[in-house]
Amino acid sequence: MKPTSHAFSNNAHRALHDKTLQQALAKAGVGFVDKRRAAIDGLPEFQALRQAGKRIKDHTLANLDHYLLRFEAQVQASGGQVHWAETPEQACVAVLDICRNANAKMVAKGKSMVGEEIAVNDALEAAGFEVVETDLGEYIIQIAHEPPSHIIAPAVHKTRGQIAELFEKLHHQPGLTRPLETVPQIVDEARQVLREKFLASDVGITGANFLIAETGSTVIVTNEGNGDLSATLPRVHIVLASIEKVVPNLEDAAVLLRLLARSATGQEITSYTTFFTGPRRADDPDGPEQFHVVLVDNGRSRMLGGDYHEMLRCIRCGACLNHCPVYSAVGGHAYGWVYPGPMGAVLTPLMVGLQEGRPLPNASTLCGRCEEVCPMSIPLPRMLREHRRQEFARRLTPPRARWALAAWAYFARRPELYRQASRIAIKLLNLLAGGNGRFRSMLFAQAWTAARDLPAPQGDTFMAQWKQRRKP
Amino acid sequence: MSDSRAAILARLSKSLAHEAAAEAPEIVQRIEAHVRGPQPQWEASPRERFLNKLEKVVGTWAEVASKENIAQAVADYLAAQNLAKSLAVAPHPLLDSVDWPAGFRAERRRAVGEDRVSLAVAFCAIAETGSLVLLAGPDSPTTLNFLPDDFLCVLPTNRIVPRMEDAWALLREERGTMPRATNIVTGPSRTADVEQTIHLGAHGPRRLHVLLLQGGA
Amino acid sequence: MRVALFVSCLVDLFRPSAGFAAVKLLERLGAEVVVPPAQTCCGQPAYNSGDFNTARELARPLIDALGFYEHVVVPSGSCTGMLVTHYPELFKAEPLWQAKAETLAARTRELSAFLAEHGGDDFIDASFAGKVAMHDSCSARRELGVFDQPRALLAKVSGLEQVELQDAETCCGFGGTFCVKYPDISGRMVADKAEAVAASGADLLVSGDIGCLMNIAGRLKRMGSPVRVYHLAEVLAGMTDVPAIGEPEKP
Repeated sequence: MKPTSHAFSNNAHRALHDKTLQQALAKAGVGFVDKRRAAIDGLPEFQALRQAGKRIKDHTLANLDHYLLRFEAQVQASGGQVHWAETPEQACVAVLDICRNANAKMVAKGKSMVGEEIAVNDALEAAGFEVVETDLGEYIIQIAHEPPSHIIAPAVHKTRGQIAELFEKLHHQPGLTRPLETVPQIVDEARQVLREKFLASDVGITGANFLIAETGSTVIVTNEGNGDLSATLPRVHIVLASIEKVVPNLEDAAVLLRLLARSATGQEITSYTTFFTGPRRADDPDGPEQFHVVLVDNGRSRMLGGDYHEMLRCIRCGACLNHCPVYSAVGGHAYGWVYPGPMGAVLTPLMVGLQEGRPLPNASTLCGRCEEVCPMSIPLPRMLREHRRQEFARRLTPPRARWALAAWAYFARRPELYRQASRIAIKLLNLLAGGNGRFRSMLFAQAWTAARDLPAPQGDTFMAQWKQRRKP
Repeated sequence: MSDSRAAILARLSKSLAHEAAAEAPEIVQRIEAHVRGPQPQWEASPRERFLNKLEKVVGTWAEVASKENIAQAVADYLAAQNLAKSLAVAPHPLLDSVDWPAGFRAERRRAVGEDRVSLAVAFCAIAETGSLVLLAGPDSPTTLNFLPDDFLCVLPTNRIVPRMEDAWALLREERGTMPRATNIVTGPSRTADVEQTIHLGAHGPRRLHVLLLQGGA
Repeated sequence: MRVALFVSCLVDLFRPSAGFAAVKLLERLGAEVVVPPAQTCCGQPAYNSGDFNTARELARPLIDALGFYEHVVVPSGSCTGMLVTHYPELFKAEPLWQAKAETLAARTRELSAFLAEHGGDDFIDASFAGKVAMHDSCSARRELGVFDQPRALLAKVSGLEQVELQDAETCCGFGGTFCVKYPDISGRMVADKAEAVAASGADLLVSGDIGCLMNIAGRLKRMGSPVRVYHLAEVLAGMTDVPAIGEPEKP
C-alpha cells in the first residue's frame, strides 16, 4: 500500500467533513471505551496483570534472540518450518514460494496486521492467486478496495447501508436479490459466501497474537472462527508473525490474553483462542499437511535497544486508538498507512520513513490518554515527541514553523527584551479588541478563530503590573 | 532466507550484547519454571463460575446424569431446536458406548461443510472464563468445533479447572506435548464487524450447547 | 515560608488576574511570594516541537532562577509538568544539570496541589452562588495526578455547587501548537468539550490551565453560551468580579 501519511492534514480535513464516516465513528467510539472500562472494573487484578505483562515483554525483548531460536527449534520439532524475512519483500517471496510449491490456486486469509504491513494480498494477487479475506471486517474492506481503518475493527468506518450496497453489487446476480437490511442478514450472507471459499482454499494464512517459545505454538484470538477455519481446512497453513510476538511459555500467554481481550473489546476472552503447533499428525483426522511460520522483522530489530524499544511491547489491542481524541475525530484512513492512532503515529515513521510519516507524530496534543489505557504501559507521548525531535534535527520541520519557533525563542531567551516586547504586543492586542474581550477573527490567527473566538489579553502583563505593585 | 535469518539474529545479538542461543540456561530455566502471573480470584465453585460465565457468552447447557443419558440429551436438544436427527460425532472413547436411538444418523468422523450438528468431548473447561478446551487428535477432530451450526460438547464435571494455567498443568501432565491445535472455545462464534452490533454465528457455530456429565468420564 | 511563583507565559500575557489570585491565595497561607524576574517561558513550545536545544537553553536560566527557593508554585498544570517531569528528561545526558533539574522538580508544585497540601480549613474566604465545573488539563490529571485537590478547594467556597463534565478525561484540543497546526481537529475537539460544558448546567467553568481555558472559552463564546470561564485561582480568591475570560471589559 502506497502511504499517504504525508497528506494527513488534507486526509483529516476530508474525514471531518465526511458525514457517513462521522456517523460510523460516533457509533464505534463510545462502545469501545465503555466496554473496556466495565471489563477492567470487573477485574481487581487488572493493574497487577498489567505490570506482570510488561515484565514478561521486557524480559522477552531483552532475550529476543534466544527466544526466537528456541521458538524456531520447537516449530521444527513439531514438524513445521520457519522462514525469516528482513523486509516485506522477502516475507512476500517466502509466502509466494510456499503457495507455488503447494500448487495452490486459492488462499483464505485470516486477519493479520503484519499481512497488511507487508502487503501480502497484493503480492499474491499479482502472482495470480485468488485471495479471500475471511474476517468479516477485512472481507468488507477487501471488496471495497480499502485498507483497514482500525487494527481490530477494520471496517469500523463503514455503515450498514454501505456494506449492504457492497454485497448487493458483488454477490447478487441480476433479478436475484435477497433482503439485506439487518445486521443478521448481512452477516449470514457473508457466512454463506465465505464458507464456500474456505472449503475451496488450498492455503490458509493467519497472523499470530503470540508465539510460544516453550512449545513452538502460534496463538490467534478471534471471535468469528474464521482464523480457525483458515488454519484447519486448507492443505497448507502459513502464519505471518513479527518477531516481537514471542513470549517464553504458556503461563505468560495466559497473563497477556487476560489483558488483550479486555483492552481491545472489553471481553474477558474472545470466542476462540487457538494454539497451533505444527502440521496435522499422522493419526489426525483433519488439519493442514504443512505448517509454516514466516517471521517478519521489517525494522523491528533496529528498534530493539533504541528510542522506540518499548513500542515492541505492543500487543495490538487498539485501546490507544479507541481512546485517542484525534483518531476518534478523523478515523483510521487519515493516517494514510496500515497502523492508525497513537501506535500508528509511532510505527508509521519507523516503517515508511520520517519524511513520509512526519505529520502523524505532530497530530497529537500529547494528552497522554493512550499511555494511560495501554495495557503494556508504552510511553507513546514520549515516543511521539522523540519523532518530533528527530524531525527537527533532520530539518524536516516546515520552514515557517522553524522560523516562528526561532523568532519566539530569540525573545524568550532575553527576559528584559521579552518583557518590553511582550508588553507592547499585549497592549496593542488589548487596544485592538476594543473592550470586547475577544476577537471573532484576526489576521495571522485564522487557524484559531475558524472554530473559536480568541480571548483578548487583560491589558498589561503580569510582570509589569507586579513590578509596579512592588514599587515602594 | 538463511541470510536474512543470520542478519536478523546478528542485529538482535548486537543490540542485546550477547550471543544468540536456543539453549541459553537462564532461558530454559525461565521457560520451564512455568511461573504463573497474578491469578484472578472469585468466590464461586469452579462449576458455578463456569456455568455463570458460559451463560454470559450465550452458551447453553444441560445436565447429563451418566454416559448412558448422552443420546437422550442430544435428542432433547435436537428436538428443542427442531433439527434433523443427524450429526457428526467425535471418535472419542467416551462416546463409544452411546446407544443412538432408531432414526438417528450419528457418524463418527470429522465434520464436512454440510454438517448441521456436531458432538465432541472437551479435554477440560476453564471456570474463570466459561471456556471449553479441546485438543485436536484422532478422538477430537478440530472441524467438529467450527463447521456445524450447532456444536454440542460433552464436559465431565470433574474436568472443570479454575484457570487457564490449570489447563496447561493438566495438559502437560496428561499429554506431555501440545496437539496440533488447542482450541479454547468460549461461547458460539460472533462478530461485531457490522456497526459494532454483536451477531452470533459469524463463521463458526451459531449455538454452543454443553452437556455437563455428572461425575467423571 | 518563601514561595517563588513561576507565573507561566500565558498567565503573564493573557490573564494576569489569575497570577494575582494565586499571589493572594499564597499570601493568605502566610507565604512571602517572590516572582523571580528571569522567567519568560518554560520552553514547552520548543520541547513539543522537537527543538530540545532551545528548550534546554530556556530551561537552564529558569532552573537557576527558581532552584534557589524552597517552594516553587506554578498556576498551570502543563508548565508544572514541564518543570517536574520533562526537565529531568531533557538533561539526562548532562548529570550536573539533571541533578539541578531534579532538585527543582522536587520543590515545584502545581498551584492547587500546593494549596491543598499547605492550606488549612480557613484560608479560603470566597463565595459563589452557582454551579461550577472543573476541567482538568491533561497534564494536571495524567502527568501530575492532580484531580482531588482542586475539587477539595472548590468545596471550601461557600455557596458553590460542583458539577462534573461528561467525558471529562478527554483533551479539550488545545495542545499548545497543535491548535494552530491542526485547526480542524482542534476545532472539533473543543466543540465537543464546549458542548459538554454547556450540557453540564454549570454557570462557571474553571481549570488550573489558561491554555485550556482560552480554548474552551473561545468556543463557548462562539456558540453564544452564557457559561463564564475563570482560572481556578480566581474563584478560590473570590475574584469573580473581574470580567471572565473572553468577556467584554466593564465600562
